[in-house]
Amino acid sequence: MRRTVLSILAAAAALSLSAPAEAQEKTLTVYTYESFISDWGPGPKVKEAFEKTCACKLNFVGVADGVALLTRLKLEGPGTDADIALGLDTNLISEAKATGLFEPHGLDASAAKVPGNYSDDTFIPYDYGHFAVVYDTQAIKNPPKSLKELVEGDPAQKIAIEDPRTSTPGLGLLLWVKSVYGDKAPEAWAKLRKRVLTVTPGWSEAYGLFTKGEVPMVFSYTTSPAYHMVEEKIDRYQAASFSEGHYIQIEVAGMLKGTGDKDLAKQFLKFMVSPAFQDIIPTTNWMMPVAKTSAPLPDAFNKLVQPAKTFLMGSDEVARNRQAWIDQWLTAMSMN
Amino acid sequence: MLTRTERRRGIGWGLLSLTGIALFVGVAIVALLSWDAGNAQSRLFTLYTWQILRFTLLQAVLSTLLSVVFALPVALALARRPSFPGRLWIIRLMALPMGLPVLIGALGLIGIWGRQGAMNSLLLKLGLEQPVSIYGLSGILLAHVFFNLPLAARLLLAALERLPAEYWLLSSSLGMKPFSVFRFIEWPAARRVIPGIAGLIFMLCATSFTLVLVLGGGPAATTLEVAIYQSLRFDFDPPRAIALSLLQIGMTALILIAISLFLVPDDSGITAGRATRRFDGRTVPAHLWDTLAILLATAFLVLPLASIVAAGVQANLWNLVTSPAFLRAAWTSFAIALSAGLLAVLTSLAIIAGRGAVADMKRPGGTARAFSLSLAGMSSLVLLVPPVVLGTGWFLMLRPFGDVARFASALVAIINMLMALPFVMRVLAPAVETHRKRTARLSASLGLSGFSRVWRIDLPVLAKPLLTALSFAMALSLGDLGAVALFGSSELTTLPWLVYSRLSSYRTNDADGLALILGVICLGLTMIGTAGQREIKRG
Repeated sequence: MRRTVLSILAAAAALSLSAPAEAQEKTLTVYTYESFISDWGPGPKVKEAFEKTCACKLNFVGVADGVALLTRLKLEGPGTDADIALGLDTNLISEAKATGLFEPHGLDASAAKVPGNYSDDTFIPYDYGHFAVVYDTQAIKNPPKSLKELVEGDPAQKIAIEDPRTSTPGLGLLLWVKSVYGDKAPEAWAKLRKRVLTVTPGWSEAYGLFTKGEVPMVFSYTTSPAYHMVEEKIDRYQAASFSEGHYIQIEVAGMLKGTGDKDLAKQFLKFMVSPAFQDIIPTTNWMMPVAKTSAPLPDAFNKLVQPAKTFLMGSDEVARNRQAWIDQWLTAMSMN
Repeated sequence: MLTRTERRRGIGWGLLSLTGIALFVGVAIVALLSWDAGNAQSRLFTLYTWQILRFTLLQAVLSTLLSVVFALPVALALARRPSFPGRLWIIRLMALPMGLPVLIGALGLIGIWGRQGAMNSLLLKLGLEQPVSIYGLSGILLAHVFFNLPLAARLLLAALERLPAEYWLLSSSLGMKPFSVFRFIEWPAARRVIPGIAGLIFMLCATSFTLVLVLGGGPAATTLEVAIYQSLRFDFDPPRAIALSLLQIGMTALILIAISLFLVPDDSGITAGRATRRFDGRTVPAHLWDTLAILLATAFLVLPLASIVAAGVQANLWNLVTSPAFLRAAWTSFAIALSAGLLAVLTSLAIIAGRGAVADMKRPGGTARAFSLSLAGMSSLVLLVPPVVLGTGWFLMLRPFGDVARFASALVAIINMLMALPFVMRVLAPAVETHRKRTARLSASLGLSGFSRVWRIDLPVLAKPLLTALSFAMALSLGDLGAVALFGSSELTTLPWLVYSRLSSYRTNDADGLALILGVICLGLTMIGTAGQREIKRG
C-alpha cells in the first residue's frame, strides 16, 4: 500500500522537483534540539570553532527537543540527512539503538567523564546536569533537604512539575522517585501530589510559572541558578540539595550509519569533548561540561549544589518499564 | 435562483474543496498507518482512556455552555449600544485572545487569577483568608471562557447586526417592550447562530492541550489531544494515535449532531439596506444593565491582556524588534498567516458556493443532500484532526522527495488553513447566505452575473465579513504553535516558536516582550478586520 502511494507521489515529485545541487565543500549535518542552535545557545559558537579546524561546513538542523529528535530520525529512517545526532539523553539511548540507525563510534572517549561513570560504545556524552528542585529564596526560607522532605512537606508550599508523558525532566523526576522509593513510589506520589500546583507539558511552562512568582518551587536542574547568577546577577533562585542524591541527565551525541564521511563525523565527536567545544557549553547551554575546559568555570558554578550521590538507571531498564511506571504515576496522581 | 451554469459551477467548487481537504487529511492518515513502527502496542484503549474521554467531554460541555451563556448578554448590549464609548476597540480586543499563543494567554490569566495574581491580592486585602485557586476544572473553564467568550460574542453580534433595519423600525412603532424585542427579534437571530457557535467552541475546548495541562493541576485533567500527542511524539505509535484521533472525532461528531438538532432554518427578511438604528433600550435600567454587561466583559478580557502588556514592556522591545531573528520570524509568520488566511477564505467561499447550489435545487436528490452535508461536516470536523497527525503523516509522505524543510512552510500554511476553516465558515456562511437571499432575485432580474455581480453587488456588502474572516484566520495562524513545532527547523521559525524557544532557554523577559509584540500585531490585524465597518456605514 505504502509503496504504491509513494511511487505515485515519487513520479509526481520527479516532474516538479529538480535534484538539489551538489555541494562542493564537505558538509557535516548535525541534528539537534532548537535551543542548542538559537542565537544565545552553543550552536553559533560551536559552528565557528569547528569550521576553523575542519575545512568543512557545519550545518545544524534543530527540532523541538531530544524526543522530537529521535522521532525525526525514526521518521526519516536510513535515508536521513543527519551525520550526527546531538542532544539525546541517556533515557532515549536504548530506543535510539533499537532503530539500528547508529554506528559505534570506535573512539577513545575517556576524556568525557560524567558522575556515575557513564560510557557507551555508540554515544558520547557532551554535557550533563543533575535534576533538582529550584526554589525562590524570597518565598521559601527552609527548602526541603531531601526527596523525603519534599514528598512529606507542607502541602501549602507548592511545586510545579513536568509531565513524564511529554517532557524529559518530567520523566527524570519519575525515575528519581522510583530510584529512591522503589516499589513504594506510588505511595510517595500520592503524598507529593498534594504539593503539586500543576503538571505542565514541558520545562518552559513550569519554569515560566516559577519565575513569574506563581509557584515557589519548580522541578529543574542544579545548574539553573547559574543562569540567574551569571546573566541576571541575582542569587534569588537556588537549587535544593537532597541528601539521598540527585538523578542525572546526560546529553549525548552519536554518529549515524548513513553518514557520507565517517572521518568527518568522528572528527566532530572528538572535537565535542575537546576544550574548544566544552568551553562553550556551561554559559550557553547551562549544563556542566564533561571534559576539561581551557579556563575555570565562572564563579557561579562553584556555588551550585554538588550532589553527593548520582542516580542513573540503565536505559534498557527505563525503556522496558517506562510505560508501566507512567501508568502507576497516572493512577497515583489522578486519585482523589 | 441560480442559472444552470452557476449551479454547476457552485457544485464544482464545492466538490473541489471537498476532495482537496479529504485528500490532504486522507494522505496523512494513510502514510501514518502504513508506517511500520515495529513497536505498536496492543492496548489501544485503557481504563485511563475512558477517564480522559469523560473529562474531555465534561470540561468541553461546561466551557461551551459558560462561554455562550455569558456571551449572549454582552452581544445584546453591544448591538443595542452602537455608540458605546470605545465600542470599536472592545470589538477589536475581542479578536485578540485567538491570536495569542495559548501559553501566553494562560500566563496572562495567571497574572490576574493566579495564586499571586491581582485578584487574590485584592481578596487578601479585603481580609479573605482562602485565596481562589484557578488550578483544576475551574481554571480550565476560566481560561476557556476567556478565549471563547469573545469569539462567541463577536459572532453573535455579527448575527444581530445582520438583522434588517426595518425590524427595529417596526418594533419601535409597535411599541415593543424589551422582553418582546428579545423574544421576537433578538433571540430568533441568536438562536440561528448559537448551535454553530456552540459546536465550534465545543471542538476548540475538546481539543485543548496546553491550557488543560498547565491549569488542570494534574493528569486527572487531561484531554484526548494530550494522549494523541504523547502517542506520536513520545511513543511513536501511529496506530494508537490514529485510533485516539478517531475516537476524538467520533465522539465530537456525536455531540455536533446533537447540537445540529437545534438548528433552525434561516429566514432573514428582505431589507432596503438602510442604516440600522436602534430605538429600544432608552430607559435608565436598560442603560445600566448594558453598561454593566459590557464593562464586566471588557474587564474580564482586558485585565489578563494588561498583565501581558505589563510583563512585556519590561523587555528591551527595541532590541527585540530589530533583531534579525525577530525580523525573520515575523516575515515567516506573516507569509504563512496570509497564505493560510487567503486559502481559508477561498476554500470557505467554494464550500458555501457548493452548499448554495444544492440548497437552490428544487428537489435535491439523496446524493446532493449527502454532498451538502459532507461539505458542512468536513468544514467543521477538520478542526478535530490533530495537527500532529497531519504533520507527521505528511512528513512521512514527503520525506522521500528531499528535505522536508522545503515543503514545511506550505504544509504549515495548509494545516493552519484547515484549523481556521470552521471559524471563517462561521463568519462567512451566514453573511453570504443572507446576502444571496436578499439580492439573488434582483441580480437575476437585472441580468447581473459573473464578475460584474461580484464587483457591484457582492463585494460592497461582503467586504466587511470577508475582511473579518481573513483577519480571524490570520490571527489564528499567527498564534499557532502546534503545526510548526513538528517541522520546526532553523529555516522555519515563526513568532510563537520564537516565544517558546526564548522561554526554553531561560529568556522569560524576551518571551514576554515578544508576546506583547505578537499581541500588537494581532490587534493590527483585527483593526483591518473591523476597518470595513466604518466605511460601509458611511457609504
